[in-house]
Amino acid sequence: MEAVRTNEAGLRRDEWLERMKLFGLGSPAILLILVILVIPVGWLFYVSFIGADGTFSLENYERMLKRKSYARIFQTTFEVSFLTTGLCILIGYPLAYFIAGLPNRIANLCLITVLLPFWTSLLVRTYAWLVLLQKRGLVNEWAISLGLWDEPIKMVHNMTGTLIGMVHIMLPFLILPVYGAMKAIDRDLMKAAANLGASPRRAFWTVFFPLTLPGLFAGSLMVFILCLGFFVTPAVLGGGKVIMVSMKIVSNIELFVNWGAASALGVVLLVSTMVILWIASRFLNLEKMTGGGH
Amino acid sequence: MTSRTNEALPISVRNVTKTYGPVHALNDVSLEVQSGEFLTLLGPSGSGKTTLLMVLAGFTRPDCGSLKFGEREVIRTPPHLRDVGMTFQSYALFPHMTVAGNVGYPLKLRKVPKSEIAARVEAALDTVQLGGFGERRIDQLSGGQRQRVAVARAIVFEPRILLMDEPLSALDKKLRDQMQIELRHLHEKLGMTTVYVTHDQREALTMSDRIAVVNHGRIMQLATPRDLYERPANRFVADFIGESTFLPVTRNGAAILFDGTPLLHDSPPPEAASLLLMIRPERVVLSREGPREGVNNFAATATEVVYQGDSFLLHAALANGAQIVLRGAMRGANVTALPAVGEALTLCLAPEDTVLIDGSEA
Repeated sequence: MEAVRTNEAGLRRDEWLERMKLFGLGSPAILLILVILVIPVGWLFYVSFIGADGTFSLENYERMLKRKSYARIFQTTFEVSFLTTGLCILIGYPLAYFIAGLPNRIANLCLITVLLPFWTSLLVRTYAWLVLLQKRGLVNEWAISLGLWDEPIKMVHNMTGTLIGMVHIMLPFLILPVYGAMKAIDRDLMKAAANLGASPRRAFWTVFFPLTLPGLFAGSLMVFILCLGFFVTPAVLGGGKVIMVSMKIVSNIELFVNWGAASALGVVLLVSTMVILWIASRFLNLEKMTGGGH
Repeated sequence: MTSRTNEALPISVRNVTKTYGPVHALNDVSLEVQSGEFLTLLGPSGSGKTTLLMVLAGFTRPDCGSLKFGEREVIRTPPHLRDVGMTFQSYALFPHMTVAGNVGYPLKLRKVPKSEIAARVEAALDTVQLGGFGERRIDQLSGGQRQRVAVARAIVFEPRILLMDEPLSALDKKLRDQMQIELRHLHEKLGMTTVYVTHDQREALTMSDRIAVVNHGRIMQLATPRDLYERPANRFVADFIGESTFLPVTRNGAAILFDGTPLLHDSPPPEAASLLLMIRPERVVLSREGPREGVNNFAATATEVVYQGDSFLLHAALANGAQIVLRGAMRGANVTALPAVGEALTLCLAPEDTVLIDGSEA
């Protein structure tokens, strides 16, 4: 018997309209991404393959392979990013753990303090560190007057200063996802672990820590990728001694007006970031498959 | 779970008090749980039953008191050294481990050899009828299966005491009824001293050797399910366990009067200033042919009749205005015609069902 299909066309049209509305809401963003991201990046790729004589060439990439200074720059970039991420984990994870254990009202207050640095400009914060850490700066003066060390220690215009500044700026990006992962853990799980015979330390490493891994991984990834392209802080606090890819791009354009070389560097940075993201996303999926997180 | 090497342990709770600010979560609680007993802590939410269980498990530190597992004083022992099994209301299964990982966790902590772990995990899973589920992830399991895994994990290391915190509250009714029987059988098989927390009085009656009714941080009555139901110590217990109607009665020398009429009753009334007659709906017998011999007869008028399939519920008003609820079986004459609203009836209460309780609010 033929089923009665009342209002079929109307209902299908409603479905289509609903979808169109959603698309309409998304279209400004899609347009924006197209104009300020896809087209410029495409142009970047194109320029990176144009040589000094204006024809297609691989010279921009060849230069990167041949010159040792480029290898060093990439090495520095990854080194700074790794160290910053590592330090952020060492400082941020315990802090997130501490905040997650506080009563909600106090925890929220603490989170606001964590986010406070976001409300001041990056440049201001970086220069503030310059003032604090320089030879005759507050940190050295206080440390000497307290007898912690005798001579002023060089803390800016080197790796130390760069790392201090970068860690300070990146910390919230790590703390927030880790805190989120910690808050999502059912407190009964820790009780269950204790009840089954796990000492607090054992319970932490076998139950709590594994469950925060997705959050820790997401946070670390964010910090690492942001670090790869970072410019202001290493430029100011590194004092020319810590040269990262972003700074080389700037000097290629400002000093040598070599758009091709700069574009090639940009492309390499972009591609390596995407490779890292791709590898990471496989890990993240793995986490989900093993039931980690929620 | 083929052989049990450990004997069950008795639990002795003495004078345990726990306050949160001005609130007494536990008010000088003492309780002896016998070795191998299935004891239920029953009470409304906020009564202190869960606090007491958490004290037993070591997650709540009381202000004072003593707690002994067998001869061992454990009140200051941290949870991970207490060696008791426990199931949680939320199951608290580790989501990043497989079923076997969860069940094997306590064995791994106890440094049991790997090969033995596998065998004991499988045996524990068999016990809860989840044989072959070891490699499943927790999120692949249904609520009932999770419940079984939680039980398997709690018993796999053969603790001598098992604590269960509302283990069935998240399951639907049919599964709950089935699990009640299964847990009861499991207890009979393993024989460990079990303390079970629930707010469901039917569950408590079904499963327990004894029930401790808890309210306002105190144990109101500790008795077998039958005694609790038949001879509640006070109005709170009578009200909480089962349905009942309370009628005020007066004492006149040796006689107990309701509305001026002496009552026939088998058991002696408690020594209390005010007394109440407790009437269970299913114990009242409906007579449509007038008063009967040897029972207490109440003349009443039907005010509401509710058909409930297997039974019917009758609300009736007595001559002095008091309301009585009666539950009757759907059989015989009732099938063809239930009493009509406004019909004059006689309600009969046998002397053995005429229970007098202490009417003062505890």
